Amino acid sequence: MTQAIRELQTTPLPGVADGPGLGLPGLQGGALLRGLGRRALPWLVPVGLVALWQVAASLGWLSTRVLPAPSEVLKAAWALAVSGELWTHVKVSAWRALSGLAIGGGLGLGLGLLTGSVKFFETLLDSTLQMVRNIPALALIPLVILWFGIDETAKLFLIAVSVFFPMYLNTFHGIKSVDPGLVEMGRSYGLTRWQLYREVILPGAMSSILVGLRFSLGLMWVILIVAETISAQAGIGYLTMNAREFLQTDVVLVGILLYALLGKLADVLARALERYWLRWHPGYQGA
Amino acid sequence: MTLENKPAGPRGVRLEARRLSKHYGPRPVLRQADLQIAPGEFVAIVGRSGCGKSTLLRLVAGLEAATQGSVRLDGQDVIGLRGDTRVMFQDARLLPWRRVIDNVALGLPAGSHAAAQDVLAQVGLAERQGDWPARLSGGQRQRVSLARALVHNPRLLLLDEPLGALDALTRIEMHQLIEGLWQRNGFTALLVTHDVQEAVALADRVVLIEDGRIALDERIDLPRPRQRSDPRFGLLEKRILDRVLQHPADEAPERAPHWPGPPAHGLRWAV
Repeated sequence: MTQAIRELQTTPLPGVADGPGLGLPGLQGGALLRGLGRRALPWLVPVGLVALWQVAASLGWLSTRVLPAPSEVLKAAWALAVSGELWTHVKVSAWRALSGLAIGGGLGLGLGLLTGSVKFFETLLDSTLQMVRNIPALALIPLVILWFGIDETAKLFLIAVSVFFPMYLNTFHGIKSVDPGLVEMGRSYGLTRWQLYREVILPGAMSSILVGLRFSLGLMWVILIVAETISAQAGIGYLTMNAREFLQTDVVLVGILLYALLGKLADVLARALERYWLRWHPGYQGA
Repeated sequence: MTLENKPAGPRGVRLEARRLSKHYGPRPVLRQADLQIAPGEFVAIVGRSGCGKSTLLRLVAGLEAATQGSVRLDGQDVIGLRGDTRVMFQDARLLPWRRVIDNVALGLPAGSHAAAQDVLAQVGLAERQGDWPARLSGGQRQRVSLARALVHNPRLLLLDEPLGALDALTRIEMHQLIEGLWQRNGFTALLVTHDVQEAVALADRVVLIEDGRIALDERIDLPRPRQRSDPRFGLLEKRILDRVLQHPADEAPERAPHWPGPPAHGLRWAV
């Protein structure tokens, strides 16, 4: 009886190991193709859409003014890259965005650390900042233009103001939600105030701070796009607005794709930071 | 007092708590508690939950200040935290963002990795020194926490129900570990536990806190290592447990002859 059961358990079930009628001989061919197929499936829809787009444009169903073919977009991108214009505009836009992030994010981090750690500053500043938070930065555009004109300062101000609040809120919350048991333990093990901050409180707040950073990065690009519509001399926004004036839809699409690519790059960087700084966290460990 | 299995010369502190009281607002938790512990003694405090045993431990540790009365270690008043006292909490409280070895070395001057490794080996986790705390089991985390407490060579080790969250087998292993390390190092140990069996297995004396006061101070005169199968062990445990649960002891209970009903402490008056 047990012999039969053992046999039942060790014999592989028939039929599953072979591919589902792919017509390929042998076990391994079927499994390999299935694995490939599974990885390729998520790409089916986007690639299919792009292919459809190309076909539609080539057959003349889509006017080039409305939506040029992907091949046109790639050609325009290549032309810009070769002439060096692409790089100049990307550099200017990236500089604006990162400077705004440095100012607004840095201030948000600093103030968040301050109000989170020192009760006096929390009482003094937090309610005011929470009230100001509710004013959408983009609604300030007319005021910003009146104050700063239409040069770089205006754009930097808009980006900095928008980026400030996610960083501030998440830093404040992160500091506040550090496990008080750990703080008590740290104190009882003889850590000085500064050591306590560096060893217990800051690392404890880090996961919240990184969430704030990712929010800020996302917001940074959106605000940059809007800020660059307020009259610029260089940058991706300028490239796009200029192209629109001349009905160069393909260049407009290049601009949009650039924004998307840079946004994705920023997110990838933030995730990498998270994976490094939070590698101790059970949620980030593979097994 | 069992003097065998103790290192030569007491390394532990002498503890004296005099008329110790603690109120949280209007609520009294400790009322004029008096406790004396000789250097190198192992004392267990038992009692129902909320009786104030953890509060007493925290007052001794300097984590909280007494409302009245004093705690003295070697004649010095306890004001705040002390370098010669270490606490082991109910949860391991390891820093999750530091590796095990760095957790053990917490508070030590830089370059003390060798000492930390040594103590980690004593608790049997030398090979896990490079791991993140999230990867360890509950028992292993408490062992790291014990190593962290011991690496500073404390003269007083305070244990606040450290084994409550562990399974029964791990708990027995931890008893042996704690006892062994205590015998080896000779510090004074104060263990707060709700488990009377654990108290009898580890301590020289078992103290019961009831209504904020010390209600029982029973010396355990059994040889070490304590055998649970020893009938004297069982008797002591039963006696203490009965007292904790306020059952009348097996010896003839006091009954006023003219009162035919249950003993007075079993009655409630509603007037």
